[in-house]
Amino acid sequence: MVGQNIIEVEGLTKKYGDQIAVNNLTLQIREGEVFGFLGPNGAGKTTTLLMLLGLTEPTSGKATVIGIDPTRNSFFVKEKIGFLPENVGFYDDMNARQNLQYVARLNRIPDEVSRQRIDYWLNLVGLLEEVEKKVGTYSKGMRQRLGIAEVMIKEPKLIFLDEPTIGLDPDGTNRMLDLIHSLSREKNITIFLSSHLLDQVQRICDRVGIMIKGDLVAMGPIVELAKKKLGIDKEHYTLEEIYMKYFKEA
Amino acid sequence: MEDHFSSMRFLLISALIVMVGVIITSMVGMAIKEELKGMAKPTLIFLLLFTATGKLFSFVQFIGFFGPLIGIILGFDAINRERVSRTLTKLVSQPIYRDSIINAKFLSGVTIIAVVFVAIVLLISGLGLRLIGVVPGSEEVSRLIIYIIISLLYISFWLGISILFSVIFRSTATSALAALALWIFFSFFVSLGAGVIADAAAPIGGAQVDPEVVVKHGEIQRTISLFSPMNLYSEATSTILDPMRKTTSSIILMGPLERISLSRFQNPLPLMQSLFIVIPHLISIVAITLLCFGVCYLIFMRQEIRTI
Repeated sequence: MVGQNIIEVEGLTKKYGDQIAVNNLTLQIREGEVFGFLGPNGAGKTTTLLMLLGLTEPTSGKATVIGIDPTRNSFFVKEKIGFLPENVGFYDDMNARQNLQYVARLNRIPDEVSRQRIDYWLNLVGLLEEVEKKVGTYSKGMRQRLGIAEVMIKEPKLIFLDEPTIGLDPDGTNRMLDLIHSLSREKNITIFLSSHLLDQVQRICDRVGIMIKGDLVAMGPIVELAKKKLGIDKEHYTLEEIYMKYFKEA
Repeated sequence: MEDHFSSMRFLLISALIVMVGVIITSMVGMAIKEELKGMAKPTLIFLLLFTATGKLFSFVQFIGFFGPLIGIILGFDAINRERVSRTLTKLVSQPIYRDSIINAKFLSGVTIIAVVFVAIVLLISGLGLRLIGVVPGSEEVSRLIIYIIISLLYISFWLGISILFSVIFRSTATSALAALALWIFFSFFVSLGAGVIADAAAPIGGAQVDPEVVVKHGEIQRTISLFSPMNLYSEATSTILDPMRKTTSSIILMGPLERISLSRFQNPLPLMQSLFIVIPHLISIVAITLLCFGVCYLIFMRQEIRTI
């Protein structure tokens, strides 16, 4: 499962004016893992994602995503990886298939290929029955799952998910997490997800990074972090406890 | 582009224009028919379909006034609607260059305008053929084509303005209002203001009128009103479509030579000469359209992704 580094970040910094959004971030993501990027709102998680996609320029530092520098060559990075923004938007007056078809065309996927892929992924995310309905009538959970299908249309090796479970009800959250988990296990896709909902991340992530106010304060498998922060003796830890400890220290 | 064709408001506006066009043409057509009786050899009658005022206004005047509205309606929510529905973030994270988004918005708008406009002109021409039975000559056709090109540029300018506002303002309502405000400003207040300023700078009144003052008054008024793209457009198109017009300036501002030539030669101007007269107007319209799109492009390209 553990492969080469698919993302390497070194000293990445982003400043908006005087405000430091991301401070000297260094991390590596290995191929095939599910990495949870944790932190409270405004910690710089989304900014980091945008820099890794080349959608915004870092103030200093260097990042390599699937061997490409996203700042210099954003086009190829965007071609190769999938990104699901927080609260993804769709064209509400088109149905699910038309929305996916549009994205497929933007990715220059031939229609014959994309038609099969659309059916496959809509089936996998459980939306095949609703395919003819306008996306405007979809529930939040359905939109989010459609988002996953949309990201997977170009069959990327690596996907970024920004707060994939935000605003979903417990059932929707579970379906979403199962879906993400199966993508990782069955398709061997590297997943980089940001979230502030800790118990969910705990369920599906191999490793987590905790970011507070632009600084990465901890990184590693959850078990290791628990050992370090809470002591080995404690058997029933939650990520929340670890997280709160870091948060108070920061 | 598909978007534009299927949208409700697009249908509404083109229906309105077709309707007005047809009404004007049929009114004008009948009037011309009456006048034509007994005339030996009419010259360039066909163009009258577009320029004759009829009972209310001519087609050219109508487009000069309402053309901007087409541009505004097609463009005012181009970017910020995508922003509100959060599809813009998705678009920029696809493997396309960012400028292709703004270019596509502009080009699709221009294409739509071109299709609709050419269709309307053809419709009116067809109707005119039936009504008055005069076949347009090659010169009339080329004048019409130039008219269509100028109109396209003019409406594209307003499309550019409204897309610019849709980039600047985050709310669709604000950008629509801003574009409409600018439209009203140019269509009413500039000519109004031109009159007021000219009055203040060179007052005409009292019993004795100094001809120099009158000329100055006219000059000031004209210079100021040319700041409005609407006046640029209407002067350019009426000169192109009406070969009897030999200058864009009013009678007062003509030099003695121009006045002599006007009274001496009652024949229509050849096409090339009409074109020469309006070249400055044409260049100005092209320039403001390009400027407007250029500014729009720059702002969109430099916008920080977080604000998108």
